[in-house]
Amino acid sequence: MTIKEYLKKFEEKDERILAKIITMVEEEYKESEEILRYINKKIGKAYRIGITGPQGSGKSTLIAKLTKRLLNRYKEIGIIACDPSSPFSYGALLGDRIRMNELFLEKGVFIRSMATRGSLNGLAYKTKEVADILDAFGKEIIIIETIGVGQVEVEISNLVDTTVVVFVPESGDGIQILKAGLTEIGDIFVINKSDRIGADILFYELKNLIEISYQNSKWKPPIILTQAVNNYGIEELEKEIVNHYNYLVENNLLEEKREKAIIRELVNNFEKEILKILWQNEKVRKSFAEVSKEVLEKKLTIEEGIKKLIREVKYDQ
Amino acid sequence: MEKKKIKILIAKPGLDGHDRGAKVVARGLRDAGFEVIYTGLHQTPEMIVNTAIQEDVDVIGLSILSGAHMTIFPEVLRLLKEKGATNIHLFGGGIIPDEDKEKLYQLGVGKLFDPGTKISEIVEYLNNLFKEK
Ligand SMILES: Nc1nc2c(ncn2[C@@H]2O[C@H](COP(=O)(O)OP(=O)(O)O)[C@@H](O)[C@H]2O)c(=O)[nH]1
Ligand SMILES: [Mg+2]
Repeated sequence: MTIKEYLKKFEEKDERILAKIITMVEEEYKESEEILRYINKKIGKAYRIGITGPQGSGKSTLIAKLTKRLLNRYKEIGIIACDPSSPFSYGALLGDRIRMNELFLEKGVFIRSMATRGSLNGLAYKTKEVADILDAFGKEIIIIETIGVGQVEVEISNLVDTTVVVFVPESGDGIQILKAGLTEIGDIFVINKSDRIGADILFYELKNLIEISYQNSKWKPPIILTQAVNNYGIEELEKEIVNHYNYLVENNLLEEKREKAIIRELVNNFEKEILKILWQNEKVRKSFAEVSKEVLEKKLTIEEGIKKLIREVKYDQ
Repeated sequence: MEKKKIKILIAKPGLDGHDRGAKVVARGLRDAGFEVIYTGLHQTPEMIVNTAIQEDVDVIGLSILSGAHMTIFPEVLRLLKEKGATNIHLFGGGIIPDEDKEKLYQLGVGKLFDPGTKISEIVEYLNNLFKEK
Protein backbone atom coordinates (compact mmCIF):
# COMPACT_ATOMS: atom_id res chain seq x y z
CA MET A 1 0.00 0.00 0.00
CA THR A 2 1.27 3.48 -0.79
CA ILE A 3 1.23 6.21 1.81
CA LYS A 4 -1.60 7.92 -0.08
CA GLU A 5 -3.69 4.78 0.25
CA TYR A 6 -2.85 4.56 3.92
CA LEU A 7 -4.00 8.11 4.50
CA LYS A 8 -7.19 7.51 2.56
CA LYS A 9 -8.03 4.54 4.79
CA PHE A 10 -7.08 6.63 7.81
CA GLU A 11 -9.62 9.16 6.64
CA GLU A 12 -12.20 6.37 6.42
CA LYS A 13 -11.53 5.60 10.08
CA ASP A 14 -9.88 2.23 9.58
CA GLU A 15 -8.56 1.33 13.02
CA ARG A 16 -5.95 -1.09 11.71
CA ILE A 17 -4.50 1.64 9.51
CA LEU A 18 -4.51 4.05 12.45
CA ALA A 19 -2.38 1.51 14.33
CA LYS A 20 -0.02 1.12 11.35
CA ILE A 21 0.36 4.86 10.96
CA ILE A 22 1.25 5.18 14.63
CA THR A 23 3.94 2.54 14.15
CA MET A 24 5.37 4.35 11.13
CA VAL A 25 5.72 7.52 13.15
CA GLU A 26 6.95 5.80 16.29
CA GLU A 27 9.61 3.95 14.30
CA GLU A 28 10.48 7.07 12.28
CA TYR A 29 9.90 5.44 8.92
CA LYS A 30 10.63 7.74 6.01
CA GLU A 31 6.85 8.13 5.48
CA SER A 32 6.66 9.75 8.89
CA GLU A 33 7.25 13.26 7.59
CA GLU A 34 4.41 13.09 5.10
CA ILE A 35 2.09 11.61 7.72
CA LEU A 36 2.84 14.37 10.20
CA ARG A 37 2.36 17.05 7.57
CA TYR A 38 -1.02 15.56 6.74
CA ILE A 39 -1.99 15.21 10.40
CA ASN A 40 -0.87 18.72 11.29
CA LYS A 41 -3.83 20.40 9.60
CA LYS A 42 -6.32 18.25 11.45
CA ILE A 43 -5.25 18.55 15.06
CA GLY A 44 -6.72 20.64 17.84
CA LYS A 45 -10.18 19.19 18.23
CA ALA A 46 -9.45 16.64 20.91
CA TYR A 47 -9.27 17.51 24.59
CA ARG A 48 -6.13 16.07 26.17
CA ILE A 49 -5.85 14.80 29.71
CA GLY A 50 -2.61 13.66 31.35
CA ILE A 51 -2.46 11.27 34.28
CA THR A 52 0.76 11.15 36.25
CA GLY A 53 1.87 9.87 39.64
CA PRO A 54 3.93 7.08 41.16
CA GLN A 55 3.99 3.57 39.75
CA GLY A 56 1.24 1.49 41.28
CA SER A 57 -0.81 4.48 42.39
CA GLY A 58 -3.72 3.31 40.25
CA LYS A 59 -3.34 5.46 37.13
CA SER A 60 -4.34 2.72 34.70
CA THR A 61 -7.29 1.69 36.84
CA LEU A 62 -8.43 5.31 37.11
CA ILE A 63 -8.18 5.75 33.35
CA ALA A 64 -10.32 2.66 32.77
CA LYS A 65 -13.06 3.90 35.11
CA LEU A 66 -12.89 7.48 33.89
CA THR A 67 -13.10 6.36 30.28
CA LYS A 68 -16.14 4.23 31.08
CA ARG A 69 -17.83 7.33 32.46
CA LEU A 70 -16.76 9.55 29.62
CA LEU A 71 -18.30 7.09 27.18
CA ASN A 72 -21.69 8.32 28.33
CA ARG A 73 -20.92 11.63 26.66
CA TYR A 74 -18.23 10.93 24.09
CA LYS A 75 -17.98 8.20 21.49
CA GLU A 76 -14.33 8.48 20.53
CA ILE A 77 -11.62 8.17 23.17
CA GLY A 78 -7.91 7.49 22.71
CA ILE A 79 -5.55 6.30 25.43
CA ILE A 80 -1.75 6.33 25.35
CA ALA A 81 -0.15 4.30 28.13
CA CYS A 82 3.59 4.72 28.62
CA ASP A 83 5.76 2.14 30.35
CA PRO A 84 9.53 2.03 30.80
CA SER A 85 11.91 0.15 28.54
CA SER A 86 14.56 -1.95 30.24
CA PRO A 87 17.88 -0.10 30.16
CA PHE A 88 19.60 -3.48 29.93
CA SER A 89 17.76 -5.40 27.24
CA TYR A 90 15.94 -2.45 25.60
CA GLY A 91 12.85 -4.64 25.78
CA ALA A 92 9.74 -3.60 27.64
CA LEU A 93 6.87 -5.15 29.52
CA LEU A 94 3.81 -3.05 28.83
CA GLY A 95 1.22 -3.91 31.46
CA ASP A 96 -1.17 -0.98 31.68
CA ARG A 97 -3.79 -2.86 29.70
CA ILE A 98 -4.20 -5.37 32.54
CA ARG A 99 -6.31 -2.73 34.33
CA MET A 100 -8.18 -1.68 31.20
CA ASN A 101 -9.79 -4.96 30.16
CA GLU A 102 -13.27 -3.51 30.43
CA LEU A 103 -12.44 -1.17 27.54
CA PHE A 104 -11.17 -3.75 25.04
CA LEU A 105 -14.53 -4.29 23.41
CA GLU A 106 -15.74 -0.70 23.60
CA LYS A 107 -16.17 0.64 20.11
CA GLY A 108 -14.50 4.00 19.75
CA VAL A 109 -11.88 3.33 22.42
CA PHE A 110 -8.37 2.95 21.06
CA ILE A 111 -5.53 2.07 23.42
CA ARG A 112 -1.88 2.22 22.50
CA SER A 113 0.94 1.16 24.83
CA MET A 114 4.28 2.85 24.30
CA ALA A 115 7.72 1.96 25.65
CA THR A 116 9.98 4.84 26.63
CA ARG A 117 12.95 3.49 24.61
CA GLY A 118 15.41 5.57 26.58
CA SER A 119 13.37 8.73 27.00
CA LEU A 120 13.74 10.07 30.53
CA ASN A 121 10.78 12.40 30.96
CA GLY A 122 8.21 9.77 31.88
CA LEU A 123 6.82 9.59 28.36
CA ALA A 124 7.75 7.72 25.21
CA TYR A 125 9.65 9.75 22.59
CA LYS A 126 6.75 10.02 20.18
CA THR A 127 3.93 10.49 22.67
CA LYS A 128 3.03 13.92 21.35
CA GLU A 129 2.98 12.74 17.76
CA VAL A 130 0.82 9.75 18.63
CA ALA A 131 -1.60 12.02 20.49
CA ASP A 132 -1.73 14.22 17.38
CA ILE A 133 -2.49 11.21 15.20
CA LEU A 134 -5.33 10.14 17.51
CA ASP A 135 -6.63 13.69 17.47
CA ALA A 136 -6.58 13.83 13.68
CA PHE A 137 -8.27 10.44 13.51
CA GLY A 138 -11.25 11.94 15.32
CA LYS A 139 -10.78 11.07 18.96
CA GLU A 140 -12.66 13.60 21.08
CA ILE A 141 -10.75 12.86 24.27
CA ILE A 142 -7.17 11.68 24.58
CA ILE A 143 -5.83 10.39 27.88
CA ILE A 144 -2.10 9.97 28.40
CA GLU A 145 -0.59 7.92 31.24
CA THR A 146 3.04 8.56 32.23
CA ILE A 147 5.29 5.78 33.49
CA GLY A 148 5.45 7.19 37.01
CA VAL A 149 8.84 6.36 38.41
CA GLY A 150 8.45 9.11 40.98
CA GLN A 151 11.09 11.21 39.26
CA VAL A 152 10.18 14.59 37.87
CA GLU A 153 7.69 14.01 35.10
CA VAL A 154 6.68 17.55 34.35
CA GLU A 155 6.82 17.15 30.59
CA ILE A 156 3.32 15.71 30.56
CA SER A 157 1.86 19.08 31.53
CA ASN A 158 3.20 20.59 28.30
CA LEU A 159 1.46 17.93 26.29
CA VAL A 160 -2.05 18.10 27.67
CA ASP A 161 -4.80 20.56 28.58
CA THR A 162 -5.54 19.13 32.01
CA THR A 163 -2.94 17.40 34.17
CA VAL A 164 -4.16 15.02 36.86
CA VAL A 165 -1.60 14.09 39.52
CA VAL A 166 -2.31 10.90 41.46
CA PHE A 167 -0.99 10.17 44.93
CA VAL A 168 -1.71 7.33 47.32
CA PRO A 169 -1.55 7.19 51.12
CA GLU A 170 1.75 5.30 50.68
CA SER A 171 3.23 8.28 48.82
CA GLY A 172 4.58 9.42 52.16
CA ASP A 173 4.50 12.74 53.96
CA GLY A 174 4.44 16.28 52.61
CA ILE A 175 8.21 16.54 52.25
CA GLN A 176 8.43 13.47 50.06
CA ILE A 177 5.60 14.69 47.91
CA LEU A 178 7.21 18.07 47.56
CA LYS A 179 10.45 16.39 46.48
CA ALA A 180 8.65 14.49 43.76
CA GLY A 181 8.14 17.87 42.10
CA LEU A 182 4.60 17.14 41.04
CA THR A 183 2.74 19.68 43.16
CA GLU A 184 3.39 22.46 40.67
CA ILE A 185 2.09 20.74 37.57
CA GLY A 186 -1.26 19.41 38.73
CA ASP A 187 -4.50 21.00 37.65
CA ILE A 188 -6.31 18.35 39.64
CA PHE A 189 -4.97 16.20 42.45
CA VAL A 190 -6.25 12.75 43.21
CA ILE A 191 -5.64 10.73 46.33
CA ASN A 192 -6.38 7.24 45.12
CA LYS A 193 -6.64 4.12 47.31
CA SER A 194 -8.43 6.32 49.80
CA ASP A 195 -9.77 3.07 51.27
CA ARG A 196 -6.37 2.80 52.90
CA ILE A 197 -5.10 4.30 56.15
CA GLY A 198 -3.51 7.73 55.86
CA ALA A 199 -5.64 9.19 53.08
CA ASP A 200 -7.08 11.95 55.28
CA ILE A 201 -3.68 12.98 56.65
CA LEU A 202 -2.31 13.13 53.12
CA PHE A 203 -5.32 15.20 52.09
CA TYR A 204 -4.50 17.97 54.60
CA GLU A 205 -0.75 17.91 53.90
CA LEU A 206 -1.42 18.15 50.19
CA LYS A 207 -3.96 20.89 50.72
CA ASN A 208 -1.34 23.01 52.52
CA LEU A 209 1.27 22.41 49.86
CA ILE A 210 -1.09 23.30 47.06
CA GLU A 211 -2.30 26.46 48.75
CA ILE A 212 1.29 27.69 48.80
CA SER A 213 2.19 26.55 45.29
CA TYR A 214 -0.94 28.04 43.75
CA GLN A 215 -1.42 31.18 45.83
CA ASN A 216 -0.86 33.43 42.82
CA SER A 217 -2.83 31.29 40.47
CA LYS A 218 -6.42 31.92 39.54
CA TRP A 219 -7.07 28.20 39.25
CA LYS A 220 -7.12 26.48 42.64
CA PRO A 221 -6.58 22.76 42.02
CA PRO A 222 -9.10 20.53 43.75
CA ILE A 223 -8.09 17.42 45.64
CA ILE A 224 -10.29 14.40 45.07
CA LEU A 225 -10.39 11.23 47.11
CA THR A 226 -10.90 8.19 44.91
CA GLN A 227 -10.97 4.42 45.08
CA ALA A 228 -10.45 3.47 41.49
CA VAL A 229 -10.98 -0.26 42.01
CA ASN A 230 -14.33 0.46 43.63
CA ASN A 231 -15.30 3.02 41.00
CA TYR A 232 -15.58 5.60 43.77
CA GLY A 233 -14.88 9.29 43.21
CA ILE A 234 -14.71 8.97 39.44
CA GLU A 235 -17.80 11.10 38.93
CA GLU A 236 -16.17 13.92 40.86
CA LEU A 237 -12.96 13.53 38.87
CA GLU A 238 -14.91 13.88 35.66
CA LYS A 239 -16.70 16.93 37.04
CA GLU A 240 -13.44 18.63 37.98
CA ILE A 241 -11.94 17.93 34.56
CA VAL A 242 -14.95 19.66 33.03
CA ASN A 243 -14.51 22.55 35.50
CA HIS A 244 -10.90 22.94 34.51
CA TYR A 245 -11.80 22.85 30.84
CA ASN A 246 -14.39 25.58 31.43
CA TYR A 247 -11.87 27.63 33.36
CA LEU A 248 -9.38 27.43 30.48
CA VAL A 249 -11.99 28.34 27.90
CA GLU A 250 -13.61 31.17 29.86
CA ASN A 251 -10.23 32.79 30.48
CA ASN A 252 -9.01 32.29 26.92
CA LEU A 253 -6.20 30.14 28.22
CA LEU A 254 -6.71 26.99 26.18
CA GLU A 255 -5.25 28.34 22.93
CA GLU A 256 -2.50 30.17 24.79
CA LYS A 257 -1.50 27.02 26.62
CA ARG A 258 -1.43 24.98 23.43
CA GLU A 259 0.54 27.62 21.53
CA LYS A 260 3.11 27.83 24.31
CA ALA A 261 3.51 24.08 24.18
CA ILE A 262 4.08 24.15 20.43
CA ILE A 263 6.74 26.85 20.72
CA ARG A 264 8.41 24.91 23.50
CA GLU A 265 8.46 21.84 21.30
CA LEU A 266 9.93 23.90 18.48
CA VAL A 267 12.68 25.24 20.72
CA ASN A 268 13.50 21.84 22.17
CA ASN A 269 13.72 20.11 18.83
CA PHE A 270 15.61 22.99 17.26
CA GLU A 271 18.22 22.80 20.00
CA LYS A 272 18.49 19.05 19.57
CA GLU A 273 19.03 19.40 15.83
CA ILE A 274 21.59 22.17 16.28
CA LEU A 275 23.57 19.92 18.58
CA LYS A 276 23.45 17.12 16.04
CA ILE A 277 24.73 19.42 13.30
CA LEU A 278 27.42 20.69 15.61
CA TRP A 279 28.74 17.23 16.39
CA GLN A 280 28.64 16.23 12.75
CA ASN A 281 31.04 19.05 11.93
CA GLU A 282 34.52 17.63 11.35
CA LYS A 283 36.30 20.75 12.59
CA VAL A 284 34.28 20.91 15.78
CA ARG A 285 35.07 17.30 16.55
CA LYS A 286 38.76 17.92 15.90
CA SER A 287 38.85 21.02 18.11
CA PHE A 288 37.03 19.08 20.80
CA ALA A 289 39.56 16.25 20.67
CA GLU A 290 42.45 18.73 20.95
CA VAL A 291 40.90 20.66 23.77
CA SER A 292 40.02 17.50 25.69
CA LYS A 293 43.62 16.45 25.49
CA GLU A 294 44.81 19.80 26.78
CA VAL A 295 42.29 19.67 29.60
CA LEU A 296 43.36 16.16 30.57
CA GLU A 297 47.01 17.25 30.52
CA LYS A 298 45.97 20.13 32.78
CA LYS A 299 47.24 22.69 30.28
CA LEU A 300 43.76 24.20 30.36
CA THR A 301 41.06 24.24 32.98
CA ILE A 302 37.64 23.04 31.92
CA GLU A 303 36.46 26.65 31.78
CA GLU A 304 39.38 27.69 29.58
CA GLY A 305 38.81 24.68 27.38
CA ILE A 306 35.19 25.67 26.85
CA LYS A 307 36.16 29.26 26.01
CA LYS A 308 38.66 28.01 23.46
CA LEU A 309 36.08 25.68 21.91
CA ILE A 310 33.49 28.44 21.68
CA ARG A 311 36.02 30.75 20.01
CA GLU A 312 36.83 28.09 17.45
CA VAL A 313 33.21 27.16 16.79
CA LYS A 314 32.29 30.82 16.31
CA TYR A 315 35.31 31.44 14.12
CA ASP A 316 34.29 28.49 12.03
CA GLN A 317 31.13 30.30 11.02
CA MET B 1 9.62 -0.65 5.37
CA GLU B 2 11.88 -2.05 8.00
CA LYS B 3 10.54 -2.55 11.49
CA LYS B 4 13.01 -1.98 14.26
CA LYS B 5 11.22 -3.22 17.35
CA ILE B 6 9.36 -6.50 17.52
CA LYS B 7 6.14 -6.27 19.51
CA ILE B 8 4.52 -9.31 21.02
CA LEU B 9 1.14 -9.69 22.68
CA ILE B 10 1.12 -12.35 25.38
CA ALA B 11 -2.44 -13.21 26.30
CA LYS B 12 -4.09 -15.65 28.63
CA PRO B 13 -7.48 -16.78 27.37
CA GLY B 14 -9.84 -19.09 29.17
CA LEU B 15 -11.29 -19.34 32.60
CA ASP B 16 -8.48 -20.79 34.69
CA GLY B 17 -7.43 -18.40 37.38
CA HIS B 18 -3.65 -18.12 37.36
CA ASP B 19 -1.18 -16.70 34.92
CA ARG B 20 2.19 -17.37 36.45
CA GLY B 21 3.46 -19.13 33.34
CA ALA B 22 2.32 -16.38 30.99
CA LYS B 23 3.94 -13.73 33.17
CA VAL B 24 7.24 -15.60 33.28
CA VAL B 25 7.23 -15.80 29.49
CA ALA B 26 6.32 -12.12 29.18
CA ARG B 27 9.16 -11.11 31.46
CA GLY B 28 11.60 -13.45 29.73
CA LEU B 29 10.78 -11.97 26.34
CA ARG B 30 11.20 -8.46 27.73
CA ASP B 31 14.66 -9.47 28.98
CA ALA B 32 15.45 -10.77 25.50
CA GLY B 33 14.76 -7.32 24.07
CA PHE B 34 11.19 -7.64 22.81
CA GLU B 35 8.42 -5.20 23.58
CA VAL B 36 5.77 -7.30 25.25
CA ILE B 37 2.20 -6.31 25.86
CA TYR B 38 0.59 -8.26 28.63
CA THR B 39 -3.15 -8.01 29.19
CA GLY B 40 -3.93 -10.32 32.10
CA LEU B 41 -6.37 -13.17 32.59
CA HIS B 42 -9.61 -14.22 30.92
CA GLN B 43 -9.02 -12.78 27.47
CA THR B 44 -11.59 -13.65 24.82
CA PRO B 45 -10.52 -14.04 21.17
CA GLU B 46 -12.21 -10.69 20.37
CA MET B 47 -10.26 -8.92 23.12
CA ILE B 48 -7.02 -10.53 21.96
CA VAL B 49 -7.46 -9.56 18.32
CA ASN B 50 -8.63 -6.02 19.11
CA THR B 51 -5.57 -5.50 21.28
CA ALA B 52 -3.24 -7.01 18.70
CA ILE B 53 -4.55 -4.67 16.02
CA GLN B 54 -4.50 -1.49 18.11
CA GLU B 55 -1.00 -2.21 19.36
CA ASP B 56 0.14 -3.28 15.88
CA VAL B 57 1.96 -6.31 17.24
CA ASP B 58 3.96 -8.67 15.08
CA VAL B 59 3.21 -11.75 17.13
CA ILE B 60 0.52 -13.10 19.43
CA GLY B 61 1.46 -15.74 21.98
CA LEU B 62 -1.39 -17.52 23.75
CA SER B 63 -1.01 -19.44 26.97
CA ILE B 64 -3.78 -22.01 27.27
CA LEU B 65 -4.00 -24.52 30.05
CA SER B 66 -7.74 -24.90 30.19
CA GLY B 67 -8.02 -27.32 27.27
CA ALA B 68 -9.93 -24.87 25.11
CA HIS B 69 -7.14 -24.67 22.54
CA MET B 70 -9.19 -26.27 19.74
CA THR B 71 -11.72 -23.46 19.88
CA ILE B 72 -9.53 -20.48 20.83
CA PHE B 73 -6.68 -20.79 18.33
CA PRO B 74 -8.97 -21.22 15.28
CA GLU B 75 -11.20 -18.40 16.47
CA VAL B 76 -8.27 -16.00 16.86
CA LEU B 77 -7.07 -16.97 13.37
CA ARG B 78 -10.54 -16.40 11.97
CA LEU B 79 -10.83 -12.96 13.55
CA LEU B 80 -7.37 -11.95 12.35
CA LYS B 81 -8.42 -12.91 8.85
CA GLU B 82 -11.72 -11.08 9.15
CA LYS B 83 -9.91 -7.91 10.19
CA GLY B 84 -7.26 -8.19 7.50
CA ALA B 85 -4.46 -8.82 9.95
CA THR B 86 -3.16 -12.15 8.72
CA ASN B 87 0.41 -10.86 8.84
CA ILE B 88 0.34 -11.28 12.63
CA HIS B 89 2.02 -14.52 13.64
CA LEU B 90 0.17 -16.68 16.17
CA PHE B 91 1.96 -19.15 18.43
CA GLY B 92 1.26 -20.60 21.85
CA GLY B 93 1.95 -22.77 24.80
CA GLY B 94 0.02 -25.15 26.99
CA ILE B 95 -0.94 -28.75 27.50
CA ILE B 96 -1.86 -29.70 23.96
CA PRO B 97 -1.97 -33.33 22.73
CA ASP B 98 0.16 -34.10 19.67
CA GLU B 99 -2.77 -34.80 17.35
CA ASP B 100 -4.34 -31.46 18.26
CA LYS B 101 -1.02 -29.73 17.68
CA GLU B 102 -0.90 -31.27 14.23
CA LYS B 103 -4.40 -30.01 13.42
CA LEU B 104 -3.58 -26.52 14.61
CA TYR B 105 -0.33 -26.44 12.63
CA GLN B 106 -2.38 -27.37 9.57
CA LEU B 107 -4.60 -24.34 10.21
CA GLY B 108 -1.58 -22.07 10.22
CA VAL B 109 -0.80 -21.75 13.91
CA GLY B 110 2.90 -21.35 14.64
CA LYS B 111 4.88 -23.38 17.13
CA LEU B 112 3.08 -24.73 20.20
CA PHE B 113 5.35 -25.11 23.20
CA ASP B 114 4.87 -27.53 26.08
CA PRO B 115 4.64 -26.23 29.64
CA GLY B 116 8.04 -25.68 31.18
CA THR B 117 9.78 -24.87 27.90
CA LYS B 118 12.89 -22.80 28.44
CA ILE B 119 12.45 -19.12 27.58
CA SER B 120 15.64 -19.27 25.52
CA GLU B 121 13.95 -21.77 23.22
CA ILE B 122 11.00 -19.43 22.65
CA VAL B 123 13.36 -16.51 22.10
CA GLU B 124 15.29 -18.48 19.52
CA TYR B 125 12.07 -19.42 17.76
CA LEU B 126 10.93 -15.79 17.60
CA ASN B 127 14.30 -14.52 16.46
CA ASN B 128 14.35 -17.04 13.63
CA LEU B 129 10.89 -15.95 12.61
CA PHE B 130 12.13 -12.44 11.97
CA LYS B 131 15.42 -13.44 10.47
CA GLU B 132 13.60 -15.13 7.62
CA LYS B 133 11.53 -12.07 6.79
N1 LIG C 1 -6.79 -0.71 47.57
C1 LIG C 1 -6.88 -0.12 46.38
N2 LIG C 1 -6.17 -0.62 45.36
C2 LIG C 1 -6.26 0.00 44.14
C3 LIG C 1 -7.09 1.12 43.95
N3 LIG C 1 -6.95 1.53 42.67
C4 LIG C 1 -6.08 0.67 42.08
N4 LIG C 1 -5.67 -0.26 42.97
C5 LIG C 1 -4.72 -1.36 42.72
O1 LIG C 1 -3.41 -0.84 42.65
C6 LIG C 1 -2.60 -1.62 41.77
C7 LIG C 1 -1.92 -0.75 40.75
O2 LIG C 1 -2.89 -0.18 39.89
P1 LIG C 1 -2.52 0.39 38.45
O3 LIG C 1 -3.76 0.97 37.90
O4 LIG C 1 -1.84 -0.64 37.65
O5 LIG C 1 -1.48 1.53 38.84
P2 LIG C 1 -0.49 2.38 37.90
O6 LIG C 1 0.85 1.71 37.94
O7 LIG C 1 -0.42 3.74 38.52
O8 LIG C 1 -1.09 2.40 36.53
C8 LIG C 1 -3.55 -2.65 41.16
O9 LIG C 1 -3.40 -3.86 41.83
C9 LIG C 1 -4.93 -2.06 41.40
O10 LIG C 1 -5.94 -3.03 41.48
C10 LIG C 1 -7.86 1.62 45.07
O11 LIG C 1 -8.60 2.60 44.98
N5 LIG C 1 -7.71 0.95 46.25
MG1 LIG D 1 -0.25 1.88 34.71
